[in-house]
Amino acid sequence: MKIIICVKQVPDTETQIRLGADGKSITEEAVKWIVSPYDEFAIEEGLQIREARDGEVIVVSLGPERAQSAIRTCLAMGADSGVHLLDAAFDDLDAMGTARCLAAAIRQLEPYDLVLTGQQGVGGDNSQIPGLLAELLDLPQVTMAVKVGLGDDSANVEREVEGARERWQTSLPAVISAQKGLNAPRYASLKGIMKAKKKPLDVKDAAALGLDPDVLLPKTRIVKLELPPPRPAVKMIEGDPGQQSAELLRLLHEEAKVI
Amino acid sequence: MKPAVVIFAETYETRLKRPVLEVVSEARRIADALGGTVHAVLVGVRDEALASQLAQQGADYVHVFGQPALAAYATEPYARAVAKVATDTDATAVLFSMTALGKDLAPRVAAKLDAGLVSDCISLSVSEGRLTARRAMYSGKALATCEWTGGVHVASLRPSVFRLGATDPNRGAETLTEGIDDTSARAKVVGREARDASTVELTEAQIVVSGGRGLKGPEHFHLIDELAAAMGAAVGASRAVVDSGWKEHPFQVGQTGKTVSPAVYVACAISGAIQHLAGMSSSKVIVAINKDPEAPIFKVANYGIVGDVFEVLPQLTKAAEAYFSGKD
Repeated sequence: MKIIICVKQVPDTETQIRLGADGKSITEEAVKWIVSPYDEFAIEEGLQIREARDGEVIVVSLGPERAQSAIRTCLAMGADSGVHLLDAAFDDLDAMGTARCLAAAIRQLEPYDLVLTGQQGVGGDNSQIPGLLAELLDLPQVTMAVKVGLGDDSANVEREVEGARERWQTSLPAVISAQKGLNAPRYASLKGIMKAKKKPLDVKDAAALGLDPDVLLPKTRIVKLELPPPRPAVKMIEGDPGQQSAELLRLLHEEAKVI
Repeated sequence: MKPAVVIFAETYETRLKRPVLEVVSEARRIADALGGTVHAVLVGVRDEALASQLAQQGADYVHVFGQPALAAYATEPYARAVAKVATDTDATAVLFSMTALGKDLAPRVAAKLDAGLVSDCISLSVSEGRLTARRAMYSGKALATCEWTGGVHVASLRPSVFRLGATDPNRGAETLTEGIDDTSARAKVVGREARDASTVELTEAQIVVSGGRGLKGPEHFHLIDELAAAMGAAVGASRAVVDSGWKEHPFQVGQTGKTVSPAVYVACAISGAIQHLAGMSSSKVIVAINKDPEAPIFKVANYGIVGDVFEVLPQLTKAAEAYFSGKD
């Protein structure tokens, strides 16, 4: 079974965000970069499937030079090989452009059985790549999976929606995106980290993917990035618990007018 | 042809979801600014009552795909249906709600239309016939203003953020019977287990009461459930609570859980880690109850109570019961 996993390198959630001079991006200095946490669920699922059924796990990531360390992290967890999509032409891609590059890279890996992704990349939080990829590759999709059971040419997938848990069935190959709850991602072992250094890692640019830069022109773009307005100072409510409770309800009703 | 704003009218057990009504309201506002019309797409149900509800909220046309094969949601045929209406109406914009279903469907439709999608918008504005959108990034630590460079504007809207417009009982819409040739789906729903229907849905709730690790154990979470019941609120939990197994993941609010934007968010014994703030900082009013006056949650709260949840919550529940029962 050949499993392709798309991962994204993102700023650690704890990282303090500083705005760039262009007013549209963040400064990258002092940012700690990690593999997007949802992608770790995808990696873990791919590794578990490989351990149960044999096969190979290939990691694909698009990003600048630094993204190579995210791919190495996945290789250290146990993935077999990596593909790094790297080109100056990829610097200003939107989600659609990113999906086009990933789709082109995935097509070059045919035949494959499964494409796994995180359900969203933290930071951007667009949650678009799984659906865009599935349409571009003409594959079925099941998003936000919390349980995956594989047959030979089909998969049973569970996903949480508002108020219910759904059971889905899909033919393979398919795109499945991972939600928290799917599994508990492993840590890379020291031995894994050593082995990762020797695992194959291909680097591909737009030409290698056969992509005309014109199809990568962004359809959406950020024109301004700003810090959120500061929230008003907190009003502390004094008194004993009974008084505090009565005062809180009064304030919510009379001052905030929300109840 | 007038500029068309197309919305996907998500249904749940033959009802329109509240976020859909928010999307119709916003579509109406945008269509008025563009001098255009609102087209609602209703798939899998053939129900006059829903069509008239959409009309009263602001739709001019309701496109009904009532084919029996479309009764259950499946991404591929639903995407074909929405894309068909977008193409036939030469749509300026296609709007979804950022629900679990909207999150699944919107990118597929955007790819079909070769259009740009801005996800999880918290506001939209119109200028010279083009839309711009605002959305949160980096766990709510930054706000981005986004624009489309051309083509159809596809957007998904964060639930509970957009204002519900007034309904007009005299407003009607033209109902159009639609169909797609290919209703096939390679991935489909084969089963569904509904959770307790009496509980309020977290992402749609007007009031959310959440509990954190300061509750010390799952045996104390009833304090949260009881306050939520008294306030007619949904129950939420911090990541620490979910990771400790006190509550299941569907209750989690935050970075790797749900994003909520209620009118009132009551954070009980939650310290306020950035992962948690990511999921609730767009709430209108935040109440924090915590025994540590230095807890970061007080930095985002509008109202704070420094105190022991074991003493405060029973009192607050009693007061809320009296307040809300007197109100009805």
